[in-house]
Amino acid sequence: MEAKRFPYQLVKTDTPPIWMRPLIPVLILLITFLITAGLILSTRANPFQAYYYFLISPLSSQVSFLEVLVKSTPLMLTGVAVTFAFATGYYNIGAEGQLYAGAIAAAWLGIVLAGVPAAIAIPLMIIGGFLAGMAWALIPALLKVRLAVDEVVTTLLMNSIMAYIVSAILNGPWRDPTSGWPQSPEIAENTMFFKLIPRSRLHFGFIVALVGIAVLWFILTQTSFGLKMRAVGLGKPAAQFAGINVGRTTLIAALISGGIAGIAGVSEVAGIQFHLIGDLSAGYGYTGVIIATLGSLNAIGVFVASLFFGLIDTGAQTVSRAMGVPVYLGEVTQAVMLLVALGMYLLQRYRIVRRA
Amino acid sequence: MEVFLVNLIAATFRVSTPIVLAAIGETYSERAGILNLGIEGIMYFGAFVGFLIADKSGSLWLGLLMAILSGIVFGLLMGFFTVTLGVNQHVSGLGITLLLTGLTLFTFRLFYGGRSTPPSIPSFQTLNILQNNPILGPILSQYWLTYLTFLVIVPLAWWILYRTNFGLKIRSVGENPEAVDAAGISVPAVRYAALAIGGGLMAAGGAFLSLFQLGAFTHGIISGRGWVAIAIVIFGNWHPVRVMLGGLIFGGTFALQLRLQAMGLQLPVPYETFLALPYVVTIIALVIAGRNASYPAALLKPYRRE
Amino acid sequence: MFIVEMQSITKRFGDLIANDHVNFELQKGEVHALLGENGAGKTTLMRILYGLYHPDSGVIKVKEQPVVIHSPKDAIHLGIGMVTQHFALVPPLTVAENVVLGYQNSFVLDQNQIEESVTEAARRFGLEINPKAIVRHLSVGQRQRVEILKALYRNAEILILDEPTAVLIPQEVEALFETLNRLKQEGLSVIFISHKLHEVTQITDRVTVLRDGKVVGTVNTADVTQKELAAMMVGRETFGVTRSKATSETAAQKPMLELINLCANDDKNLPVLKNISLTVFEGEILGIAGVGGNGQKELAETICGVRQPTAGSIRVDGRDVTGKSPSELTQSGLGRIPEDRHEGMVVHLSVTDNLVLEHLDEFTRNGVLDHKAIRQYASELIQKFQIKAKPNDITRTLSGGNMQKVLLARVLARQPKVIIAPQPTRGLDIGATDYVRQQLLEQRQRGAAILLISEDLDEILALSDRIAVIYEGEIVGTLPAAEATPERLGLLMSGAVKEH
Repeated sequence: MEAKRFPYQLVKTDTPPIWMRPLIPVLILLITFLITAGLILSTRANPFQAYYYFLISPLSSQVSFLEVLVKSTPLMLTGVAVTFAFATGYYNIGAEGQLYAGAIAAAWLGIVLAGVPAAIAIPLMIIGGFLAGMAWALIPALLKVRLAVDEVVTTLLMNSIMAYIVSAILNGPWRDPTSGWPQSPEIAENTMFFKLIPRSRLHFGFIVALVGIAVLWFILTQTSFGLKMRAVGLGKPAAQFAGINVGRTTLIAALISGGIAGIAGVSEVAGIQFHLIGDLSAGYGYTGVIIATLGSLNAIGVFVASLFFGLIDTGAQTVSRAMGVPVYLGEVTQAVMLLVALGMYLLQRYRIVRRA
Repeated sequence: MEVFLVNLIAATFRVSTPIVLAAIGETYSERAGILNLGIEGIMYFGAFVGFLIADKSGSLWLGLLMAILSGIVFGLLMGFFTVTLGVNQHVSGLGITLLLTGLTLFTFRLFYGGRSTPPSIPSFQTLNILQNNPILGPILSQYWLTYLTFLVIVPLAWWILYRTNFGLKIRSVGENPEAVDAAGISVPAVRYAALAIGGGLMAAGGAFLSLFQLGAFTHGIISGRGWVAIAIVIFGNWHPVRVMLGGLIFGGTFALQLRLQAMGLQLPVPYETFLALPYVVTIIALVIAGRNASYPAALLKPYRRE
Repeated sequence: MFIVEMQSITKRFGDLIANDHVNFELQKGEVHALLGENGAGKTTLMRILYGLYHPDSGVIKVKEQPVVIHSPKDAIHLGIGMVTQHFALVPPLTVAENVVLGYQNSFVLDQNQIEESVTEAARRFGLEINPKAIVRHLSVGQRQRVEILKALYRNAEILILDEPTAVLIPQEVEALFETLNRLKQEGLSVIFISHKLHEVTQITDRVTVLRDGKVVGTVNTADVTQKELAAMMVGRETFGVTRSKATSETAAQKPMLELINLCANDDKNLPVLKNISLTVFEGEILGIAGVGGNGQKELAETICGVRQPTAGSIRVDGRDVTGKSPSELTQSGLGRIPEDRHEGMVVHLSVTDNLVLEHLDEFTRNGVLDHKAIRQYASELIQKFQIKAKPNDITRTLSGGNMQKVLLARVLARQPKVIIAPQPTRGLDIGATDYVRQQLLEQRQRGAAILLISEDLDEILALSDRIAVIYEGEIVGTLPAAEATPERLGLLMSGAVKEH
């Protein structure tokens, strides 16, 4: 019977050793960069040099540092959006589509609100984007709450549908009549988000994103609705037993989630592109899922994770320009980091011990 | 009209092939209790690896083989996260899709630079059967992988699941892993095996697009087909034959849209309506199937002894 | 000869020592009881023998050979079979598929061949069962038969039965015992895990008693009385808490909870409660006795507002509350203790959060939580109900007894007029059980009407003023406690008779 056995085993612990907790993010970073170093080597680039461009160089000048904040803006918003849903146990993978719904609204409002004072036009755009994202999130949310149709699949499919809607609009009514480019007409100047710092790309959307983080923190930790959301997310039957209306809570959280994702679309249209274009989002909705997970579904975590991902996105461009490493290194790094973090999450709950 | 119908039927089988392959792969995974959202990425990576190897080695067969192998490897990686570590299946699967999407784009750029026209290779050719028959000719002139999919892979999946001991273990592990464990079977081994088979089939589905249908690799080559496959598995109630039928319905709508667009008809609605239609149909199908869908009881639940 | 010897087995789970140097010996051809309270370590010991747990130290010998059992697979090869409380069956599969699962090495699964071989085995062991039947459609007794057949089909010489009678009606228990006696004659060795004394004395040859993870002793069943066994098992002779005389017999009896022709469907939308009419009066405990799975769970859920009745009505203190939401029910004076602690509390939230979860509105101003008031309320309850936990502890980390105290605190702090208590002591140790029973009796003293639903007949008999028996979703009889004997209740529970 005596077979050869792996000499170590995992033993469950309820709390990770205290000394380990601050080490975990460090370990995640180290392992992630060890793995991605392989990719950098495959391009015959020096990993150390690449990491300098990747992580240090963007922080060394004001211009590129502001660019980090610019890049983190949509991620912060989609991260907040996804967190609202995931914390309630509603797996909204549809932030991408909801973002575009908000973007369509912004591109439209940006034209019809021409001439309206910015102080009125910009709040209206944000509200419009919120409502549009919410409307797009409504269908899968209702299907989930009323008919128990799995939201993961429906929100995913809704993303594809939205991609075709955007394509239909851009190739149809909004095709640029002079250039023939599939992009909507430029939004009016008074509806563009103002710059926080002159001659940089950093715009008002960053403030909106910070407000989003604050709202997430406030609702999750300070309000009874936030506690209800968490109760539903962590134990539906128990929440229902305690008298919480699980369906309503899920629905509201799903709608807030969609709305905030919609604002991410507004921010990109009104702050960066000033048009609706087909690749407005570089998968921000999906990255939001990573950020929410890495940020352990809390506001501060989401804040830190989105800043870090903004750094990676900026750094990937720097590396690409300086060393010719494909810019997609950024996406790979983000995905690897998620997977490593998932692995680490387990290490927090288990100890490795030698078998007796 | 006759030509239209013949072409439509022929195109339906062609268009359904990658979806059915991937959906059968997903059926294996879900029957074993794992929802593999890595499907989209595995298909994408499979399409790319197949293309890359075929391009560099000159062998389509080697390309296909390596694509399938890559699918197996990432099926197993999915297993590492969801079986061994037992972390959330949604997030793990999505993570794998994002990883493989990034990795594909990275490697593609590495090998082919940022060129605007996609590189292409001579692809597998269709088998010419009854070529002179105006009706059967176009319908039967399909790629060999299409034949293999509908005549072998789907029936085989049914046979394996319902008529072999291995299939019995897969079905059991997706329903009640405790029972499987108590019967002295390794739950992880069965789940890993199902994920490996599933991953291989998903990647084959992706490679069908690059090595058979297009003979090229483009950024949008998969564009959500993996997600459709997931919906079709639910629509087909986790039964290989019904999953195949779901795949054909999807393929039919998609092919219809292609035909209409090719005919250059001035339609009252944008052509994207037809592209989006299959997704809408799938959602409606989910709503209808939703209430009597018999999800494998242990789907999404990691198994660990107390 | 000893067919199994377990020597000095120790198994720890964190700080808990589940088995502390346990010695256990099984003779060939005997039925050997492993007797002990819940949490005494019986199941742990047997899960070690079946390869589901690995001991921290100790030696196992099977047929006098030292062995290491890594997994159930090893155990099966050694001729060990185990039938657990939660059947290890796959409901959508047939009986034959379940029996051969994991045993056949051939690649092809020949349905005709396995059905024949299972039929043949069923005949040989005298366990009649249709091999084509889908397990989902079988009764609990039949499923247990499939489990035993599964073990014997794998040539088990040692059969472990974990609380096999817990889910059976008395008649099925008789049939099981007949089967065991016959198999014993054929040389099978049986380990019979139980905490029911009368069964142990009826069926077994020897008894090993466990308490708090340690062996108290091994005795020949013929040499001891039930009373002596009970003393070994609990370390004292009787349970501490029983009901005093009825409080309200002379007082005007005020109906506090009325169920009128209540009907409900189960999760598969099949009728599970059939015209249930019951009244619980002020200051009374009404016990609902019955074998598990006869609608108890659904009855509690329906009254608690988490399952909608299909017909009939529910009244609390004279007010119709049919179809009301859980929070409206709570406000109307209904105290709801959930059946499953893990599903009644959000175990990943803190103790504090769980204590206020039912009454969030009282701790909220303009949607914002009043953290200060919440903290204060939680500390008060933790002290008053002697919960061994800090307010911010995650509930999951608490022991079963302390979790139950959190639930009791949440409900009882409101001084509810009516209390629904389904299986309130399931899985608790003796101390916690006594505490819960004491609390229920105090509530009765206070005047609350209590509906106690329990599968533990001893508990029903110890606490109830009146006892109603549920069978297949119907109340088949209601007796005053004074007239209720275990025999009479047993007949009702089996569905053999009805009394109204």
